[in-house]
Amino acid sequence: MTRLQKIRHWFRGPTFRKKILPWLLILPILLIHLLVVIGPSLGAFYYSLTDWSGIGAADFIGLDNFRTLVEDTNFRKAFSNNMVWSAFFLTVPFVLALVVASLLAGLRRGAMFYRATIFLPYVLPSVITASIWSNLMNPRLGIGAQLAKLGIPFLNRAFLGNPDTVLLSVAFIDNWHFWGFLMVLFLAAMQNIPPDLYDSAKIDGANRFQEFWHVTIPGIRPTLLFMFMMIAIWSFLVFDYVWLLTQGGPAGASDVLGTFLFREAFNRFEAGYASAIGLTMSFFAILIIGLFGFLRRRGWEI
Amino acid sequence: MIKRIFKPQRQSSQVINYVVLTLALLFALGPLVVLGFNSVKSTAEAMANPLGPPREIHLENYPNAWVEGKLSTTVRNSAILVAGTVAGVLVLGGLAAFSLSRLDPPGSNLFMLYMLGGSTLPTFLFLVPLYSLWRILGLVDTLFGLVVIYIALNSPFAIFLLRSYMVQIPRDFEDAARVDGASEIQVLTKVILPLAWPGFLTVGLVTALGVWGEFQVALIFVHVPDLFPVTTSYWYFTTRYSRDWSLTSAGAIMMIAPVLIFFFSLQRQFIEGLTQGGLKA
Repeated sequence: MTRLQKIRHWFRGPTFRKKILPWLLILPILLIHLLVVIGPSLGAFYYSLTDWSGIGAADFIGLDNFRTLVEDTNFRKAFSNNMVWSAFFLTVPFVLALVVASLLAGLRRGAMFYRATIFLPYVLPSVITASIWSNLMNPRLGIGAQLAKLGIPFLNRAFLGNPDTVLLSVAFIDNWHFWGFLMVLFLAAMQNIPPDLYDSAKIDGANRFQEFWHVTIPGIRPTLLFMFMMIAIWSFLVFDYVWLLTQGGPAGASDVLGTFLFREAFNRFEAGYASAIGLTMSFFAILIIGLFGFLRRRGWEI
Repeated sequence: MIKRIFKPQRQSSQVINYVVLTLALLFALGPLVVLGFNSVKSTAEAMANPLGPPREIHLENYPNAWVEGKLSTTVRNSAILVAGTVAGVLVLGGLAAFSLSRLDPPGSNLFMLYMLGGSTLPTFLFLVPLYSLWRILGLVDTLFGLVVIYIALNSPFAIFLLRSYMVQIPRDFEDAARVDGASEIQVLTKVILPLAWPGFLTVGLVTALGVWGEFQVALIFVHVPDLFPVTTSYWYFTTRYSRDWSLTSAGAIMMIAPVLIFFFSLQRQFIEGLTQGGLKA
């Protein structure tokens, strides 16, 4: 065999085909992940223990960043806002999506049309959604002001300018764009429920609400619980809508961990401190996944 | 397709369904209709009549917004970002998905677990050190640097979806090709690709949509106006022209027009692609 033939033989042989080629095909995307995600994530562990501006050398300061963090009133405010955000997103979109999906599942005609249109806001870029709604909530020109002209004054307030209403108003806007997504997921899950279950429920004389409660809800339970977990995690990562609409203001009233971290890292150049915040956010995500894993072990069938 | 799974109810009992669903529909569409109205009003009318239909049509808002919003530059930038990311995700994600679904690489479970776990990681965890790394590498304020990040962020979803399409293709097809002496690459391009193309279409659409509307990463990594994508540029545009709703609305309509056209012509792929993740449970 010539050298060339040997090489060719090796490329056609089992070692290359079964062991090397498979990983060779994965390698490019793996390298990108090492560069963009894995390397910098490991870096964040180290930098969270340093005083670092993001440029040049980092001074090792041990756990000081975390000590500062628990004392930081901005962090506490942002954290409690994230909790409010979670509470909102674990209830409001779920109720809306469940009600509308179950009504849509029972529809004779037009279901495709309703599904697509209700889903539509989900595909809009966040900058557009934020811009539309900040106009609609404008205290002088928005919906509230126009209703006031018609003699309905109770919506006529600066929703995004008032510390008492700002956080829930931003959540409302994010949810306007989000809940259709959840609705479509629930609808798809409902369509996998065997129809005979509804037939037997009818024979047993169940009304629509009983059907919903005893057949639909148990039928989509895996999707319901999975989305409960995902939304709990996503609630800690929110950034776009808060930054676009208020940048955390007025006076920190709508600040969340994402916007707090962004300011520390890119406006105040406290990259070490920001890494500590990022690590804390990841800790919450892992905590939530762990909690669901634990419940699953306990036989919750998640 | 929507299968009708419930026994059709009596006609009268459907009325409440339609009433509630139509309210939901109006909630979704109303703000977009107002946006469309405002995009053709004069600036003065948008202030005097900010919600109702226009009394006069001012189509010149569109060319004005195109120029003032520098859309010829930003649309080009966003198109480059979309094309680069979609190409990268389809090629690199497709290769990885092919390997994972067909060649069973030893130890691939670990990689899949990473892809699953990595996609729930807060992006802010790695964005801060990544920004410093990108500065050192000279990739801040470049479209290429942004494309690399977008490929990384979009690839877990792409690999999962493409893999699930490829797993469904019967092994007999490719075995026949191998018997005929095809290499693994030929198996991929001649057998798998033609059969899994709906998966590639879905991944391409979802990735394109995500990149077109991406804000957070672009905000951090690009500060040069000439390189702004449509999103960050539009945000600065609305802060600069916050009192000119007709102009900003026309800009918004132009920015979402491609999204709406693609969405309504390829609805099924969009909706199934975007909801795939949640259905995996």
